Amino acid sequence: MSRIRPYGDATDDGKVQLSFTLPVEWSEAADEAARQLVGKMGFTDVQVVEGRRIAKDFSFFVVYASTAQSIDFATIKAPSAKEHAMSMDEVDAYVQESLGRKIRIAGACIGTDAHTVGIDAILNMKGYKGDYGLERYHSFETFNLGSQIAVEDFVKFAKEHEVDALLASQVVTQKGSDVKNFTALAELLEAEGLRDRVVLICGGPRVTNLMASELGYDAGFGRGTLPSEVAAFVAVTLANRRVATH
Amino acid sequence: MELRIDPSTVDRCRALARAIVSPVSDFIAAHSTVAVERSVLRLLGVDGVGADEIPVPNLILDGLSAQDRSRGVAVAFGRGLAETGLAPAALGAAIAAGTVRLADFADVPEAAARGVLAPFVAASLARIRERRAEREERLERLPQLPPPLLYVIVASGNIYEDRTAAVAAAEAGAQIIAVIRSTGQSLLDFVPFGPTTEGFGGTYATQENFRIMREALDEAGEREGRYIMLTNYASGLCMPEIATMAAIERLDMLLNDSMYGILFRDINMKRTFVDQHFSRMLNAYSGIIINTGEDNYLTTADAVEQAPAVLASQFINEAFAHRAGMPDRQIGLGDAYEISPDLEDGFLYQVAQAQLTRQIFPNAPLKYMPPTKHMTGDIFKGHLIDAMFNLTSVMTKQTIHLCGMLTEAIHTPFLGDRVLAIENAQYVMNTARHFGDEIQIKPDGIIERRAQGVLTGCDALLERVAEIGLMSAIEAALFADVKRPPDGGRGFDGVFERAPEYWNPFEDALQGATV
Repeated sequence: MSRIRPYGDATDDGKVQLSFTLPVEWSEAADEAARQLVGKMGFTDVQVVEGRRIAKDFSFFVVYASTAQSIDFATIKAPSAKEHAMSMDEVDAYVQESLGRKIRIAGACIGTDAHTVGIDAILNMKGYKGDYGLERYHSFETFNLGSQIAVEDFVKFAKEHEVDALLASQVVTQKGSDVKNFTALAELLEAEGLRDRVVLICGGPRVTNLMASELGYDAGFGRGTLPSEVAAFVAVTLANRRVATH
Repeated sequence: MELRIDPSTVDRCRALARAIVSPVSDFIAAHSTVAVERSVLRLLGVDGVGADEIPVPNLILDGLSAQDRSRGVAVAFGRGLAETGLAPAALGAAIAAGTVRLADFADVPEAAARGVLAPFVAASLARIRERRAEREERLERLPQLPPPLLYVIVASGNIYEDRTAAVAAAEAGAQIIAVIRSTGQSLLDFVPFGPTTEGFGGTYATQENFRIMREALDEAGEREGRYIMLTNYASGLCMPEIATMAAIERLDMLLNDSMYGILFRDINMKRTFVDQHFSRMLNAYSGIIINTGEDNYLTTADAVEQAPAVLASQFINEAFAHRAGMPDRQIGLGDAYEISPDLEDGFLYQVAQAQLTRQIFPNAPLKYMPPTKHMTGDIFKGHLIDAMFNLTSVMTKQTIHLCGMLTEAIHTPFLGDRVLAIENAQYVMNTARHFGDEIQIKPDGIIERRAQGVLTGCDALLERVAEIGLMSAIEAALFADVKRPPDGGRGFDGVFERAPEYWNPFEDALQGATV
């Protein structure tokens, strides 16, 4: 069965839940407006299960409804950058064997973003969810530049320290600032002639691998990514490139 | 509910913190910064922007010779006032327009400069006292609900949208509104001017934005019959200037930490120490409650391991604040609910830390921060974790409670998210209002042993810091595993030694001032 719909409590019932706020004082008419609005979204069997005033001129709704839409799952393409699963020890051994030297990797929260939680989870010794960070790997030399690093400074650092891989993190996404910064980094690397010499990776809670490839990155890692997944990707990518150029 | 902790260890920690802060205070007394001097100008009434939107206080400071700067801007500016007969705002505008140069008044006797400044200094302080009295009158007339005081943030980037969100939150039960600043503002060495409608992850802190929000919250407070407090950020490179603007516009709280900028924003440590001191003197005088930033230790490293560092930082923040003349009732020490939800008995550790802080700082309006690090896109689980945080807060009698958002880590809060967060807190705090008074902590149980261990760890950390000195300790990465050199980081070029004849009329007036 390749065509799928949301599953409530029966196959193909198409059940979804929605919640939203409307800028009107609550009344029965507000409930009805919410119901009709969800109907206009294309849903059927709309039930406003909760509707109430949350502030002057604002009402909040919880709605259940059904969709007739479905998707052919067989046609969906979203390549994962996490397919080279390896443990820390396996990555260390792989790098030793395939490259015979340490991989130099630099990470930063670029632009004005000050949220280092993602980059720290991947790079710091401690790691994330019991998966050690790259600083603990024998096969990586790690530079964590921290927060609010200008794209120019990041590229300059990469050049001076001859890094093999760059990890750019963005948590703040308001008004597309993440995409702007990621794009600026990719373009500057291109302009400096460095793009092909590094593995370029972006990360952040809103990042997907698909989006990363559209922005010209080698990979993108989203929420829940483990350090070993990033390490394995970088190691395999560098090893493959080495084979390709020999 | 009471933990048995060794009072002599607590006393020793406090004494160590005082000893740690003492040599730094000597350094502070011998130095000033461009931000402190710009604050002096702002306090005198200098405001506005000149060419390229550069604020007038910056233009004046940038135009001073190193020698004039080392004496404090007040003397050079006072000479200009004496010679031109202009009021401070007009003189500032004339300097910005290039029609007047302070360098031309070098021959004016210093006594004349001091004399002409005196009434402006007195008027400025009177204005701050007036705003403080206004707050006290309103709090009397429009009493707050009992603590934990529900605190929410608004962060749309547009001050007018923020206003709508803030008023809605106040109606839903928020008692404190914080306007999160645009990401990156902490690194600007100037304060933007006028109302702003563009920001990233927050809204620029400007004096006009402060005024707009204050007015809206005063109106909301009258409608709700409760005073609504307003918070912003006196952190980064403009700490004392923000404290100045906040005093003038009657903000009620300011994020203000003695080490946060150094560790987490790579701002030079000397700059931060000098700036935090003058900003806290102003905060003390204007009756503003500071919120310290210990939550950051927990979000950037493991929350279980960092607990002693959080307590150590609280002691140091307290010692610095006392040095600046702040009473305990204005020192909102920070803590956060950041232990991994996967850890067995993690809730017990959270209760241990929160109760420990409550007992060690009984008169401080503690600021309790919600889970952020372990919040994911799973809003349902997030709402549950927030409920446990709310329970901890009411059990341990925290004072300032930043409501956790179910959509933390997804987007800056929607209007509806904020209401759900407030309702979550209201439900838990109401249903468990006196829970903390009804239970006893098992002697020598998990909670008590954890609290005692944190205190012991804090004692050991403070001892090491006292041995090598605070600046060396930061250089050696004793806090948050972050290493900062004394002369590195942002804003170091704005720090300078005071000449023997240095004069800051506000510092003189605020020293020993009691309100």
